Parts: sequence; structure tokens; C-alpha cells
Amino acid sequence: MTFVNWLKRHFVVVAGLLTLAYLLLPNVIVTVFSFNNPKGRFNYTWQEFSTEAWKDPCGVSGLCASLSLSLHIALWATLGATLLGTMIAFALVRYRFRARGAVNSLIFLPMAMPEVVMAASLLTLFLNMGAQLGFWTVLIAHIMFCLSFVVVAVKARVMSMDPRLEQAAQDLYAGPFQTFVRVTLPIAAPGIAAGALLAFALSFDDFIITNFNAGSTVTFPMFVWGSAQRGTPVQINVIGTAMFVVAVLLVLVSMIVGNRRRRQKAL
Amino acid sequence: MAAVTEAPPLAPAPETKPPRRPRRRGRWTPYLLLLPGLLWLLVFFALPVIYQASTSVQTGSLEEGYRVTWHFATYWDALSEYWPQFVRSVLYAASATVLCLLLGYPLAYLIAFRAGRWRNLIMILVIAPFFTSFLIRTLAWKTILADGGPVVGVLDALHVLDVTSWLGWTAGDRVLATPLAVVCGLTYNFLPFMILPLYTSLERIDPRLHEAANDLYARPSTTFRKVTLPLSMPGVVSGTLLTFIPATGDYVNADLLGSTDTRMVGNVIQSQFLRILDYPTAAALSFILMAAILFMVTFYIRKSGTEDLV
Repeated sequence: MTFVNWLKRHFVVVAGLLTLAYLLLPNVIVTVFSFNNPKGRFNYTWQEFSTEAWKDPCGVSGLCASLSLSLHIALWATLGATLLGTMIAFALVRYRFRARGAVNSLIFLPMAMPEVVMAASLLTLFLNMGAQLGFWTVLIAHIMFCLSFVVVAVKARVMSMDPRLEQAAQDLYAGPFQTFVRVTLPIAAPGIAAGALLAFALSFDDFIITNFNAGSTVTFPMFVWGSAQRGTPVQINVIGTAMFVVAVLLVLVSMIVGNRRRRQKAL
Repeated sequence: MAAVTEAPPLAPAPETKPPRRPRRRGRWTPYLLLLPGLLWLLVFFALPVIYQASTSVQTGSLEEGYRVTWHFATYWDALSEYWPQFVRSVLYAASATVLCLLLGYPLAYLIAFRAGRWRNLIMILVIAPFFTSFLIRTLAWKTILADGGPVVGVLDALHVLDVTSWLGWTAGDRVLATPLAVVCGLTYNFLPFMILPLYTSLERIDPRLHEAANDLYARPSTTFRKVTLPLSMPGVVSGTLLTFIPATGDYVNADLLGSTDTRMVGNVIQSQFLRILDYPTAAALSFILMAAILFMVTFYIRKSGTEDLV
């Protein structure tokens, strides 16, 4: 009876933590199986402990090449999408112009469309134009679907900006360019950074659109997909675990630094 | 003083300033800012949709090339051959969306109201899985749900598998390569897309509303039903959309965790485009999927009365 009462009171906590466990379980498996020494080609059943794969993460042919290609594409796609997206966000928040509704829906639609539809239609365009599928078609596609997410992230930040700060800068004889670089940009920076991070993550991990438009180019997700058919090397788990650890550490460090700065400001 | 008069007109004009006449040079600024990005979206998003529509009514062969012949029968053929995959996609995606909502709501609630100083940590843990490629994480489910593994063993001992097999969700003592595995994978992959909007709308709720409900002798369940849930509806709507739309078009989970009996429409589009190279059929299927999704989403947004999601 007391247990039932306890469960009643803490139902949300118990259910929430169970969901959290469900979300994290695959990451635990990925990490544990990076120390596996599988028999056969697939790394799905536990055999014995081994650190072989960690000593030689690039030991599988094509793995590290695909990783560096993915990083390349993600960097350029982030740059392109952030630049174009930030410009659109500023135009949407700061100016009145015709066909605003049409512009808004053109930005919203790529986010409301299943990836496979975008991927397939873009492929028909490239096929009709006779374009060579590869690095450039993937980059074009990534900039296209990251763009909308950047617009949303930057727009939210620019909308909450106090317009009087810019007026103050101009009253103090700053030209439009100076105002933008010294006042507007620093204030909008967190939004732009959030958009850029999102774009990077989306591009780096994209599979469906890349699968359609990459031709024989192999990005990291494409490599994992291929290995799921042919045999999964342990090195995939090593790279997955390493990315996870590095990213979590980066987030934790940035949070601690941010907290300390806030505390110093408060003092 | 030129700088002052040349200030761009501000969208949320503060009351203290009289509205300014837009400067002449600035009239074209918004269009110049919009031009490159919109051109990109027009050429690589809108134009492809038109190309796809045109491809879907073409006939021909890979060797001789395709020509537009307004062959609308492709749509009919595609639908009559692949309607099971369409139905399956919607069913799986809807099940995954409901599961995401049931699993995600408690966690979002926990982060918003009960986590205290653990809030940031739990938030990081929700986002953290994103840092590992989703394909690798989906493959991990092959291990978790493996035949004869601990999960399957427990479900079997509790006779859960008997019930699910009777319902047709699993097959005998297997979970892998069944609809249950695919729905489980879809739920897992899109759960964060449900939790984040739910959390955003829950976090905005003024805690004093809960206190007020409590002061007025509402039981916790009544408070939830009458205060929390209605106020979190925007999060529920955007969360379900963010889950349902990508889940319907997904083919990764059905491919990695399912079998030929769990193929979704995404699998068909992918294999028609990339393996069988039957472009008209693939384009028609993709076009139908797009139309169906747009129809369902518009209907859903109208029904739920939250049209200002963007």
C-alpha cells in the first residue's frame, strides 16, 4: 500500500526516468560494443572484451575517409545555410515587403515535408539536368534543408532584440555598417550560433537526402548504412562513442564556463 | 546627421517614435537580403517538386529516355500496387507518435517542474543521443531486441509476446523483423522531437497557476487535466507534427529493424528510385505521399486551432 502511494506521488519522476533510460540505452549498447571482439562480420552479439578497435579506429578501409568527407560537407553546408538563412531572418523581422506570406510558406514547407519526398524530387531535378551526382549535389541538398532551420533559430533571436540599442548606436553617429557589425551582429550572435550548430548536426547526420543524391560518394552515414548490409566493423561503434563523449564534454564545459561567467557578473 | 534619418524602418516600431518614411536606398534592402536564400529554395526545393510532378506523368524506359505523355495511369497503378505500404506507413507513424507522446510527456513534465537543479543535466541527456549518428543507434536496437536476448526473454516470460503475436505485432518468439520492432525504432528516433516542444510549452506555464488550482481544492489529476494539459496543447500539436511527418516518410527503421512484411512507403520510393530505376512510379508515389502529408497536416492544424506554429 505504501509502495502504491509512493508510486502515485512520484509517477511522473519514475515514468520520466524510464523514458530517459529508453533514450540512452542504445548509446550504452554502442559504447559497450565498441569493446567487443565479434565473431563473423556483424557486431550484434557480445563475444569478448577487446580494445583492438580503439587502438586502430581507421582500421577499416573507407571509414575515416567518409568521416572527413562528412565533416567537409557539414562545414560548407553550415557556412552556406547560416549565411543565407541569417539574411532571410533579418529581412523577415526588420522589413516590410510584398509576398511575405509566400516567403514564409516557402521557408516552412521544407520542414513540413518528409525527407524522402525532398530527396526524391531533388533527384529528379538532378537527373533531368544531367548533373553528376556527388559532393556538389550533396552540398546543394544539405544547404537547402538546413536553411529553414537557421531562419527559425535566428528569427527568434532577432525578434527579441531591443531595437532601441541600434537607434542608440545611430544617435551616437555610427553608420549603418558600423551599427550592424558593432551592435546588431553581437546581439544576434547566439541565435546565429544556435542555427549554425543545428545546421552542422543536421548535415553531418543526414542520411535520407544524401542516400538519394550522393551517387557513389560515401559520407559517414552512407558508410554505416552500407556496413549494415555487408558487415558492421567495431570501429563504427568506436567513432560513435568518441563523438558522443566529445560532444557531451564540450556541452558540459561550455555550461560550466557560462555559469561561472554569470556568477562573476552577478558579483 | 544622415545616419539618423537613414535608419531602417523597424518592424516592431516603439510607440515613442513617430513612424519614419522608409529611406529610398533601403527599399530594395529586404529583397536583396531575401534573394539568394529564396532563390536557393526555389531552385532546389520548389522546382524539383514540379520536376517530380512532370516525371510522374512520363513514360518511356531508361535506355530510350522518358517523355511527358500525361500518363496519369501511373498514379492508379502505383496506388493499387502499393496501398498496403501507404496504410502501413500511416499506421506505424501514428503508433509511434502516440507512443512518443505517452513516453515523452512525463519526461518533459519532469524536466519542466520536478527536476530542480538536475534540469540542465537531464536536458543534456535528452539531446546527447543526437551526437551519435542515428544509424549507429538504430543498429544498436538489433542487439537490444535480438532473438533470445534479455528483452525478448523477459517479454516472453511475462507472456507479453503471446498477446502481441496474437495481435500480429510480433511473430512467435521474435521481436526483430516485426512491426513492433519498427514502431519501437521509430518511437526511439523521433522521441526527442516530441520532448523538446512539449518542454518548451510546459516551461512557459506559470507555476502560480498550479498553486491556484491547489488552493481551490483541485486534486493533482484535476489540475493536470484542467490546467496543465490545455496550456501545453501548442507543444503537443507541434510535437506530434514533428514526429508524425518524418516517421511517415522514414525507411531506415523499416529497413534495419523490419522485414519485407514491414516495408513502408519510403522503402518503396527508395528502391524504385535507386535500385529498380522506375522513375515515373517512384515520382508518383513520392507525390502522393507529399499530397497526403500536406492534407493531413493542414486538417490537423485547422482542427487543433493553432495556426501560428511558425
